Amino acid sequence: MSYQNNFLKEVEERVEEGHMVKMCMQCGVCAGSCPFGPDWEHSPQKIFMMIRAGKREEVLGSDSMFMCTSCYNCIVRCPRELPITHIMHGLANYAHRIGMAPKGQPTRVFATMFWNNLTKKGRVNELTLTLGLYFKDGLVSGIKTAFGMQSIGLGMLLAKRLNPMEIFGGHGLKDLKGFHAIVAKAKEIEDRKKGFTA
Amino acid sequence: MADNKFAAYICSGCGLGDKLDIKTLEKIAQKEGKMQVVKSHPFLCNAEGVQTINDDIANEAVTHVCIAACSRRAKTEAFHFPTVAMSRANLREGVLWIVAAGEAHDEVRQEMANDYVRMGCAELKKMKLPAGNPDKAQNKRILVVGGGMSGLTAALDAADAGYETVIVEKQGQLGGWATKLWKRVPFKAPYAEPQDTGLAALVAKIAAHPLIKVHLNSSLAETAGAPGRFTVKIAQESGAVTDETVGAIVQATGFTGYDIAKLPELGGGQANVVDQAGLEALAIAANGGAIKRADGKEVKAVVFVQCAGQRGHGGNGSGQHLEYCSGHCCATSIKQAMYFKDQNPDIDTVVMYSDLRVPGMGEDFYRSAQEKGVIFTKAKVTAVSGGDACKVGFKDLILDEDSSIDADLVVLATGQVPSAGVELDAWTELTAAADGGSDEAKQKIVVMNKASVLNLTYRQGPDLPQFKYGFADSHFICFPYETRRTGIYAAGPVRRPMDILQATEDATGAALKAIQAVENASLGRAAHPRSGDLSYPLVRLEGCTQCKRCTVECPFGAIDEDEKRFPVFNEQRCRRCGTCMGACPVRVISFDNYSVDTVGSQIKAVDMPDEFSERPRILILACENDAYPALDMAGLSRTVYSAFVRIIPVRCLGSVNTIWITDALNSGFDGVMMMGCKKGDDYQCHFVKGSELAHYRMSKIGDTLTQLGLEPERVVTQEVAITDNQRVVTLINDYVAQINELGMSPMKGFN
Repeated sequence: MSYQNNFLKEVEERVEEGHMVKMCMQCGVCAGSCPFGPDWEHSPQKIFMMIRAGKREEVLGSDSMFMCTSCYNCIVRCPRELPITHIMHGLANYAHRIGMAPKGQPTRVFATMFWNNLTKKGRVNELTLTLGLYFKDGLVSGIKTAFGMQSIGLGMLLAKRLNPMEIFGGHGLKDLKGFHAIVAKAKEIEDRKKGFTA
Repeated sequence: MADNKFAAYICSGCGLGDKLDIKTLEKIAQKEGKMQVVKSHPFLCNAEGVQTINDDIANEAVTHVCIAACSRRAKTEAFHFPTVAMSRANLREGVLWIVAAGEAHDEVRQEMANDYVRMGCAELKKMKLPAGNPDKAQNKRILVVGGGMSGLTAALDAADAGYETVIVEKQGQLGGWATKLWKRVPFKAPYAEPQDTGLAALVAKIAAHPLIKVHLNSSLAETAGAPGRFTVKIAQESGAVTDETVGAIVQATGFTGYDIAKLPELGGGQANVVDQAGLEALAIAANGGAIKRADGKEVKAVVFVQCAGQRGHGGNGSGQHLEYCSGHCCATSIKQAMYFKDQNPDIDTVVMYSDLRVPGMGEDFYRSAQEKGVIFTKAKVTAVSGGDACKVGFKDLILDEDSSIDADLVVLATGQVPSAGVELDAWTELTAAADGGSDEAKQKIVVMNKASVLNLTYRQGPDLPQFKYGFADSHFICFPYETRRTGIYAAGPVRRPMDILQATEDATGAALKAIQAVENASLGRAAHPRSGDLSYPLVRLEGCTQCKRCTVECPFGAIDEDEKRFPVFNEQRCRRCGTCMGACPVRVISFDNYSVDTVGSQIKAVDMPDEFSERPRILILACENDAYPALDMAGLSRTVYSAFVRIIPVRCLGSVNTIWITDALNSGFDGVMMMGCKKGDDYQCHFVKGSELAHYRMSKIGDTLTQLGLEPERVVTQEVAITDNQRVVTLINDYVAQINELGMSPMKGFN
């Protein structure tokens, strides 16, 4: 149902800082302050209005939240002191978690890759993360990108900024088991708070 | 009374003595001004200087004092001699500070100062010390028309200040609109929750107050008189009539809601589409429980449509309905949405607004509603259908798309329509037609008089003059409660749309104004804005030609007519603006200290250089309320303007009699410039119509000038605001340049 409380309530309960969405007074300062303003399909102002209008599919399927660069202009300027940047990330995360975020959205793909890479060993393996990014769209484009970047790669190798041996898994935290337990617990807490069953 | 004795005191302080030849000024005051006592002093406004003057008044029997020093607006406390007539020659702000420095300008500077001394003396010669209106009206009771929140507050405030108060209320109970409200918008911190109206406590206080008398089921059948001596006939519904005498009246007759039947495009008239008053009734019926519609169904979803039939976008955007914003409706809808949310947070409440306006501390209230989950949508509502399942079609102005919403109940936020009584222009037209013998007009007048609130017996009509949109005419900022009928003060939504908090503040203001009026009337003084002025209009009836211009043009309806059609001045109603004096073609109206002669003699006192001197003389008649202060401020900031102008302050441009223009041109002035306040709908004229009348009168003077062989540009009228201290300088300098181009007046040298 449009312009009813259902979706707003869902956002309030399940999205980080979602309870502040209702406090937006539609002044549009965030939309005007955003350096990426013209490149978004929906400005924060519109996203908030869409939430109140009950446009669940459109909001959670929007790639606009993923476009946020966390410059914090909107937070600084919002006269109602809404944590807009945090709400944007909260919405992106929520859309991702329930599988409604746009497929193949580059920010989403990279963020997922980064998180998976990070949580494997407790450290970011720069070599595998980079290669993973090069080859995300297939072998041919991966090889092309890799060749394009080879001089930088060789430079880093010579400057000892890149260890080719890391490709075999690389080094990790000392207490990897403990780290995995921490991450699992954190996820459990978050899931419980936001009502995710999985 | 003893013989008149005239004295001039010339100050040489503030640098006047360095730049001006004080000896010459003394000589002029003595020889040309015919002052019997002439003294100069190096610091006239200090204790010693003032003592000199006081001693002369006490010991030398001086009755008239001309102070040649600073502007009449400066040092008023030092130069306060209530027992003598006084004129002021403005040598400091008017000469010293505005004439360019340097020896090259010494001559024109001295000429200007000489003229101001001549003018001050000439004015003084024609002045009398005003004695105050001998007809002192002593009634100090205050009548409050309307027993709503505004009226009750005004009555209580006046009574608490010690004034006997009479309340007249049309209904059978006190309270007005407030009786129809479940709760009111909060007026105390933290401005978060709807509050009790407080009406019961207020009514109890009124009932218990020994100085307050209440007439219920009553209206005014007739109101006659003036401040300090109004007599009113209070008619009860039963037909019984009570007479009361009062000193002043507060009109707090409030408003009616705009009829939603006139808004069919927004579902007005359909089932389950109500106005805000309708929702209050449902809330009162629910008494804190679930709010139910008229058909008994519990409301689960409600939509509020803001600005319904208001602000020119009533549904179809055609500009019909109310043009203005009623100010309270946004906060009222927020309050009403809370009625639902507080009872059950799951109820969907949507407020559709185009601009949410919550004056005062309303922003906190708005935020509180958002916290409760009221949804606010910036939207233009295009259609509403009522019935069992209401539907509101609208365009979401943020998402820029058409949409619709289902609801159990739709609330239209309609506006306030003032209950200010009869519109006087229509009344005047009908009266003229009825006088001409039209029976239809006579019948219409009977109907109209029934609709009248005050039923004034004034020649100018039965109610207060109205402003745009039917509100009682008053100045929004400068004098909100002062209507155009002295002694009658408008408070609350009858003068502009407002909420309860504003209305009750208004009531206090109006009560204070009423007290000011009765106190001044009892002392024979002007009420306001010239509060305390003892002068009053004097009319030489034997010279009157019964032209009626004074009775028609008086902005305050102060002048009635007797059976022989002579004007009857009600001095207590008069504001001393002198508009009648400016209007009178035979010049029989004057004040003791301000008359056709006091100004005319100043004009004639100016020394006129001959045609070949290349020194034009330009007369400026400046409104003393705004233009003269602006000129003073130009002086304060040492802004140079032409030394060829001679400035005379006038009470109001409305008091400018065309004879002054003729006199000025005849005596050789090359141009006359009038500076008055802004006229029109957003007037700033302190006397409402004075500036407008002056402009109108001067628009007719062009032909006369042409007949005299003079260019019409030799008389101009300008609108000036008090903040225009730089603009007045430009106006003067540009005009002097224009006159220089036109050449000297051919009238010079004829007398």
